[in-house]
Formats: sequence, C-alpha cells, structure tokens
Amino acid sequence: MKKTGGQIVVESLKREGVDTVFNYPGGAVLSLFHELDQSSMRQILVRHEQAAVHAADGYARCTGKVGVVLVTSGPGATNTVTGIATAHMDSIPLVILTGQIPTPLIGNDAFQEADIIGITRPCTKHNFLVKDVRELAKTIKEAFYIARSGRPGPVLVDLPKDVIANSTEFKYPEKVFIRGYQPTYEGHPGQVQRAVDLMIKSKRPVIYAGGGIVSSNASKELTLLAERLGIPVAMTLMGLGGFPGNTPLSLGMLGMHGTYRANMAVMESDLLIAIGSRFDDRVTGKIEAFAPQAKIIHIDIDPTSISKNVRVDLPIVGDCKRVIAKILTLLEEEDTQAYREGLGKWRHQIERWKAVHNMDYQQKGDLIKPQYIIEKINELTRGDAIIATEVGQHQMWTAQYYAFTKPRTFLTSGGLGTMGYGLPAALGAQVAFPNKLVIDISGDGSFQMNSQELATIVQYQLPVKVVILNNGFLGMVRQWQELFYEKRYASSSIGEVSPDYVKLAEAYGAVGLQVRRPEDVVPALKKAFSIPKPVILEFIVDREENVYPMVVAGEPLNQMRLV
Amino acid sequence: MRHVITLLVENEFGVLARIAGLFSGRGFNIESLCVAETLDPAVSTMTLVTRGDDMIIEQVLKQLNKLIPVIKVVDLFEKDFVEREMILVKVNATRETREEILRVSEIFRGKVVDVGAKTYTLEVTGDENKVRAILNLLKPLGIKELVRTGRVAMLRGSKASTEPS
Repeated sequence: MKKTGGQIVVESLKREGVDTVFNYPGGAVLSLFHELDQSSMRQILVRHEQAAVHAADGYARCTGKVGVVLVTSGPGATNTVTGIATAHMDSIPLVILTGQIPTPLIGNDAFQEADIIGITRPCTKHNFLVKDVRELAKTIKEAFYIARSGRPGPVLVDLPKDVIANSTEFKYPEKVFIRGYQPTYEGHPGQVQRAVDLMIKSKRPVIYAGGGIVSSNASKELTLLAERLGIPVAMTLMGLGGFPGNTPLSLGMLGMHGTYRANMAVMESDLLIAIGSRFDDRVTGKIEAFAPQAKIIHIDIDPTSISKNVRVDLPIVGDCKRVIAKILTLLEEEDTQAYREGLGKWRHQIERWKAVHNMDYQQKGDLIKPQYIIEKINELTRGDAIIATEVGQHQMWTAQYYAFTKPRTFLTSGGLGTMGYGLPAALGAQVAFPNKLVIDISGDGSFQMNSQELATIVQYQLPVKVVILNNGFLGMVRQWQELFYEKRYASSSIGEVSPDYVKLAEAYGAVGLQVRRPEDVVPALKKAFSIPKPVILEFIVDREENVYPMVVAGEPLNQMRLV
Repeated sequence: MRHVITLLVENEFGVLARIAGLFSGRGFNIESLCVAETLDPAVSTMTLVTRGDDMIIEQVLKQLNKLIPVIKVVDLFEKDFVEREMILVKVNATRETREEILRVSEIFRGKVVDVGAKTYTLEVTGDENKVRAILNLLKPLGIKELVRTGRVAMLRGSKASTEPS
C-alpha cells in the first residue's frame, strides 16, 4: 500500500523498536512531525539540538538501545555536530534524522541549507542522503543496523523535504546485507587458545577493561573470568561499572587520573589483557614506556584499534562477550583454583600499593571538599543510581570516588570530553528509567553550557537531581594553569558572575537548594533524593582543589604526582 | 615505503570524498588516486598510492576496510602486479632539440599528440620506472607542462585482484 515518505519514516522507526525520539522541529521537517505526533512513539522536545543528541546518547548508554534524534535542516543539523562527535568517540549507537531542503535546490545555498553529509562524514560511523523515496525504508533499516552492530556508532540520515512528501509502496526489508561491512564477532579459535595459554603461565596479570565490555554487555563474563583466575581488573573511564568497583579485585580506574595501584599494577605486570579498550593517550601515559614488562593480549571488535598506538603480542578480533565466553570454556580444562591461589603474592603487592595512596583527602574545616560530596553520594546511593557527569575535575572525582557496581549506570563523555553533555544525558536516562534515581554531577562551567534543558526536564516532569560543584572556576583548566602555566588563570575564572542557582531552578519551575557547610551536605543530598521533582543542588566548594593522582602528559604511568 | 593499494568500492554518491577525507583526517598521504567504474556499474575500482612505515600502512588498510562502501582492499606491496600510468608532457622544442625529443619519444614508444610553434606534447604510458626515466631525459630540454593520470594496477595471474572473496 502506498505511503508518503513521512509515513514510511514513522513505520520504519516502529519496526526498529523505537519508543522515544528526541527532537526539535523546523521548516524542512514539518510533515515528519505531523506524522510522528500521531504515532505511539514518545516525542521529547528539547531546547537545543545539541541536547537532543546528548539526550539520545544518555538514553542509548543506559538502555543499550539505539538513541533516535530528529532535527531540521541547516542550523538544526549543524547544532547536532558536537553531540554526534561525542557519540562517535565513545561508540554509542544513535540514528540522527536531519531534515534537508528539497533535492532540486541542494547546492544552491538555499534557506537553511547545510551540507550536513559533508560536515559529519568524519564524525559518524556512516551517513546517508536519501534522494529517492523508494530507497527510504531500506536506508533506515541499514542505518539502524550499522548503528547497533559491530563497533556501535552514530549514523546520520539526511531527508530532503520533497523525498518525505513523495509516496511509494511501503515494504520494510526483512534482511539487510552490506557487502562492504561484515564485522567479525567470533574470535579466531587458535588465537583464543593461545590467549588461555598465556594467561595460565602469567605471574602478574592485569585485565585492562574498557567501554567495549559495556557495549558488548559482557560484564557477567568479565566478572567470571576475573574471579575464576583471581586477576585484578583496571578499568578505563568508559569501562567503569563493567566490573563491580566495590570488590577486592577492582583496581579502579587507570590512566592520567587513575588510582595509584591501577597504574603501578599495569607498569609492573607481565601480562596485560586488554578487553574492549583502545590504548588511548589518557590511559597509556608515555607510550614508549607503557607496560614495559608485559605481553599484551588485545580483544576488540574493531581491527583498527588493534596495534594502532601500542604493538600487541596477541590480537583477537571479536565481540568481547563471545570471546570471553570461549576463554571461560577453555579454562574448564585448567586447574584455575591452583592458578588463582598462585597469584596471592601479586594481589598482596597490589594491596601494598593501595596503602601508598588510596584516594585520601582531608575534609576538615569550613570549606566543602568536592571529593566529600561524591563519596557521600556513593554511600547514600550504594552504587545503585544512574550517574551522568559533565567534563572536568568533577568528572574525574566521580570516576575516582563513586564505585560503580553495574554497567550502563555511568554516562560520561570520555573520548571527546564535551562540556554540556551531562544535563541532557541525564534527562535522556530519566526518560528511559522514570523510576530510577538519576543524578547529573556537574561543575558550574559545564552546567551553563546546556542549562536551558531545565525547561525540558520540568516539562516532562523528569525528577533529575543536578548536583553543581561550584568552585567559580573552569577547574581542570585552572589546575593545569596552576601546575604548568605559572598559576596564570587566563580565562578560567567564572565565579565573578555566578547565577543564583536556587533562583534559576525556581525560575524554571524546579526545586533549588544551596549548601555551604560540610555538615549540611548529607542532609541536603537526602532531601534532594527524596523530592519527586527535578532538583538543582548547588554546593559551594573549595575553590582550588586539584585532582590527584596525576600523570603529567608525556610521563610514564608510574610517575604519578600524588600531591 | 611506497604502497600501491587497489580498492573495490560501491559506486555511490560521496565515496571518493569519504576516502579522501579519511586520508586527510588521519594525516595519511595520497601520492596519487585513480578511480573509475568497472564492468559492473554499481562498483568502482580505485588505485591509490601512499607511503608510510609498517604501522601506518597497517592502519591505512584497516581504516579503509572499516569504511562501509569499501568492499575489498588489496595491498599490492611485494606482490606481482602490472602497473601503468599515462602522462601528457609538453616539452620546449627548438630547432636544435626537436630531433632529440622525437628520438626519445620513439625509444619510449610515446606518441606526439600536439605540435606547437615552440613545443611538442607527448603522450607516454608506462610503469613507474619508465615514466621517471623519460621525464629525467626531457627535463634538461625544458618541460613546460606535465599532467599525470596516477597509477592503475592489477595483480598478475588468473585471479582478479579485487574479486570479492
């Protein structure tokens, strides 16, 4: 039966199991909005297109589903670019539908025209311009397939206004086959066997687990592997929660602001088992000096990540979950108990490193230390909340002081480090899980990048708790200026004009609370968590606190600054 | 090390921009790039010449494979292959040098495709060495203009280089 392009889009989204679309309208997409409004899919209208993408991103990270965005042409499309690049760097499955001017006008500098295909080619997993309504259904199916399969990523589909208005027979393809795109899911059996052989011969092994564990839903398998062999686990920022952070084998985060014991363990290891991670510069420190004594096994679904920065000894291309499951099967032939007990000395060494520096700070006096707030949030929620962060010092403290116990509960912009991510991501998560406690941990700088989304949060009655650690600075920039730029705080002080966040919250119809004294922290948190409405909780914190440990850029991981 | 790479790609809107963008975005260099349809109009073959150490070339090949419209990537390095490039070269020709230019052209089995009052334009086809050799001989005579197609290449033997396997 004949349908218009607009109706085809709606039907196709439904066939893909979409229940929510984060959107912002405009001229080029009026007919799409007309159709979508009548569908059963929830429409979340934001206040800036960048927030629509971050919200879909937060939604995707915590559900594992593909996040969907619909925006108009021109500025609507260009406003999505930061959000798309954020998702691209962190491998988050999104489908972004952008309106486009009618096909005969493309290339004529028409009103609200933008070459969004050209602009997003480097920051999408793939993008499509639909030139014929007969290609529309197939294109949408391919877009979803590409977004969620292999190494996930954002896919953009550009929809010209005339294509959406035209009609054709609607037939949703049953299967999709793209000959140039055939990801490898099963690890090579020979390589997997060799990995097992290396593991049981190792004396000082460390597992280095990244975002791929979360994407692959491989937490259970990873936990079984670590516990069966007694191997300690260091996680990247993106991997936090992939292994329970409150168990003895967890080393916490590794890298530039990782824990002392995680970094030392990697530098002293004889076998580094990298799973779903990509040897990013924030993790490796000085590359030539990284894990000098270790043989490296690298399990990853993306061949381009393997041996890109660091030569590995045993590459295994495949899906983490499946490869680890295969390893576990092979381990049934081995005496894993004896092996686990044999690692006692190594684990003991790690305990001694824990004693050297265990994220201690002093909460004394009248000023609230930002780390104290994160610790208390961790205690009160028992690791059971969904935490979004913005970017900067507060983000690092959250990674250090909140022990994530489950995957898909930590929403943070790792690869791109996008300020303004947290608030919309939290709103996306709250849309996905209306009954869970969702907290956005933010700095005063980051909060002001997408603060307009308070309107969205109130409109849809999303009881997000926004925690602002207000130090009047762009904290991470200030820290680097203090350490490396002679304390010249160039353009990093924003406290001169700090809005009254309580009044701001109330202006939007949310609840606002401000806390200045350490003894008020816990009562305020408890109060905020119990209010079934959106709350901004502003904490005035110590202005010049630094994030430690710190591996200075260009230094090896074991040269950490501790104070 | 210089590598000649042949690619089989979907003949779709923007595929050349995608590949060029990949190279510029990641700082890989393109010495030459030649692309056209094959017998199957849905598919094009691209011959690309790039240079880098082993780790860079490995990344280039993997990143090309990762692109959705790229169907197959073959690195011809250290394989047996036929390669050709065509050049059009406009050489200064005086009364004294005309003879020599024609002689050089004949030795390299080139063709004169244009004659001007003061120039000859030659068309020469050959592999990398042949093209370099003739240009070296013509340079002292004064090359006024040079246009090159870039290399195309194909595996020797019965198998098609870019048979989707």
